[in-house]
Amino acid sequence: MSAAATKIIQPLPLNSTTTNRSPHKALFNPLKTIPISSFPASTRKLRLTKPNSPHARRRSTSVFAVSDVVQEKKPTFNTFFPNLLITKEEGLELYEDMILGRSFEDMCAQMYYRGKMFGFVHLYNGQEAVSAGFIKLLKNEDCVVSTYRDHVHALSKGVPARAVMSELFGKTTGCCRGQGGSMHMFSKEHNVLGGFAFIGEGIPVATGAAFTSKYRREVLKEGDCDHVTLAFFGDGTCNNGQFFECLNMAALWKLPIVFVVENNLWAIGMSHLRATSDPQIWKKGPAFGIPGVHVDGMDVLKVREAAKEAITRARRGEGPTLVECETYRFRGHSLADPDELRDASEKAHYAARDPITALKKYMVENNLASEAELKVIEKKIDEVVEEAVEFADSSPLPGRSQLLENVFADPRGFGIGPDGKYRCEDPKFTEGTAHV
Amino acid sequence: MTVRDALNSALDEEMSADPKVFLMGEEVGEYQGAYKISKGLLEKYGPDRVLDTPITEAGFAGIGVGAAYYGLRPIVEFMTFNFSMQAIDHIINSAAKSNYMSAGQINVPIVFRGPNGAAAGVGAQHSQCYAAWFGACPGLKVLAPYSSEDARGLLKAAIRDPDPVVFLENELLYGESFPISAEALDSSFCLPIGKAKIEREGKDVTITAFSKMVGYALKASEILAKEGISAEVINLRSIRPLDTATINASVRKTNRLVTVEEGFPQHGVGAEICASVIEESFIYLDAPVERIAGADVPMPYAANLERMAVPQHSSFELGFCVVVPTKPNQC
Repeated sequence: MSAAATKIIQPLPLNSTTTNRSPHKALFNPLKTIPISSFPASTRKLRLTKPNSPHARRRSTSVFAVSDVVQEKKPTFNTFFPNLLITKEEGLELYEDMILGRSFEDMCAQMYYRGKMFGFVHLYNGQEAVSAGFIKLLKNEDCVVSTYRDHVHALSKGVPARAVMSELFGKTTGCCRGQGGSMHMFSKEHNVLGGFAFIGEGIPVATGAAFTSKYRREVLKEGDCDHVTLAFFGDGTCNNGQFFECLNMAALWKLPIVFVVENNLWAIGMSHLRATSDPQIWKKGPAFGIPGVHVDGMDVLKVREAAKEAITRARRGEGPTLVECETYRFRGHSLADPDELRDASEKAHYAARDPITALKKYMVENNLASEAELKVIEKKIDEVVEEAVEFADSSPLPGRSQLLENVFADPRGFGIGPDGKYRCEDPKFTEGTAHV
Repeated sequence: MTVRDALNSALDEEMSADPKVFLMGEEVGEYQGAYKISKGLLEKYGPDRVLDTPITEAGFAGIGVGAAYYGLRPIVEFMTFNFSMQAIDHIINSAAKSNYMSAGQINVPIVFRGPNGAAAGVGAQHSQCYAAWFGACPGLKVLAPYSSEDARGLLKAAIRDPDPVVFLENELLYGESFPISAEALDSSFCLPIGKAKIEREGKDVTITAFSKMVGYALKASEILAKEGISAEVINLRSIRPLDTATINASVRKTNRLVTVEEGFPQHGVGAEICASVIEESFIYLDAPVERIAGADVPMPYAANLERMAVPQHSSFELGFCVVVPTKPNQC
């Protein structure tokens, strides 16, 4: 067993969804590890390896072929674009989602510096490929659990931009009526189960949602309940105890969950390499019997391919997968972070691998869309974001009575008042002061 | 019926009534429960509904919360509430605060239960009472049963409640037997959350207590009765929300108050009751409120020191001397 775990073995080829899939060919075998061809080993020197894949000319040379699953793809002849990973519709959907994420976050920065937004705001610029690549494959009933860097996860899952913007402005029309804020985006309708401020806190919650999915199928006998949960978290979280506790239990109970690591190399000002004994996070999966995959998180198509396999595995009941996405945040940790510790050359290296530019190039070069069509999308998103700001701006602040609402689902939790009746039965209860 | 059997029957009935209710914790299944509270449940409901977890409080408490977010009704057992400190982030931040942060979209119908407070000779890290800490948090309901009827009624209420409930049991009470009415044995029996019970009516002094201390208060009131002092004993049952209405009504009748708890004195349950009574019934008080609490030290191991660190009957008598100065030569 231990010999197999340390030997590097080429993975089985991933067939695209346009070919017939063998249901028995498991791509992610926990006993095999998947090699990575480039990993920035140092914050000072970046090893810029040349892409050596024969398919390289079909991709931008600034996108690194890290995941061999994509390189191994066999062409088929029953589609119009034999070597492509996406259809035009899928490509436009991904593009629109990433542009929405980017424009929204840029607008957040503007609004913050104008004083409309306040507190802690953590922006997602640069990481859009992970959100779009994963979340666009989900059904509405599937769940997403995120961290404080959750605006774009909520947007990708379908929460309207105006609801998220209002929430950030602290208005009553926000998705949580202004009570959650930037770090606590919840949406029951779209199954966004938060938005957690403590790193690692969302992982057990996501594991619990996956547990519910399995429980509903096996105990409550809802045979078609195959809902999957995605847990998003960062590199810093992978040193946290709760991460390992949940890898163990998810593997033990074979839960339908995908652990998505957004490794952007920095936890505020702490470099991943300074904080972690073994920085290769995907390796931590096989220690628990979970397949670990490393994928280039700046390439939405590669992310999508890895995501497809991991989500399908979970839906089939084969258990969890750990997917490490190598990505980067273009801005600081939060809008209050001066971002002085990161090297300019590192930032430039990743800026050249901007996922949006890469997808645009791919779509244009492969005749999936014209520049003009993409421009139309960009303009549409600009309007959506502007409208979201106007909506948020013109929305009212929460009323005084909202302070005491929703502390409990059963408000008798506020207890019995001096008159011997439950406080919440007094119709003027929520108009009072916070002293109950 | 013993408290243990009362809790077991409540769990059994609620799990039978609603298939979404499940139990998870260390040793709840094959071991039949660390304190045998979940005896027989694994055989009856199977390993899918009675889950033995690995020793990872933060992990499994969080998993319980996530399951509650997405539609199930978990009961998470802590082997003792001291271990809940490893999971306290989930109890407070992901369970208690979620209904508020999500503006009512996501409620968390979870019960965290387990023994709380001192046992016998288990040392400092296994003996703390958590009523005050959890009682301070908005979004939580905190219950502390005393008798078997309390245990049954409050646990059933907690499981049916749509909000997170911290259910503080007591290891030394598990084996104690109490008379139980036919009404309490009915499967639909439920006690309201937020209402205290007047265990013994009196007119000279009000004693508030919860959990094991209710038994002490009742014993002390018998001793006091022989001296001609009639004590009213209130079993709080609910730490949060606190039934200040009942407490104040009682103090307005007796004009004197003694609060009893096993936990640390500073910022304790007694401190809150004292402040509340002073705010609402100041002019009715004939003497300052007396707090009887555990010693302000981590629990020592030596048996005699441990006895000194928790309220004893003698501390009651001292307390009453202060509050009821009708017979000064008692002290």
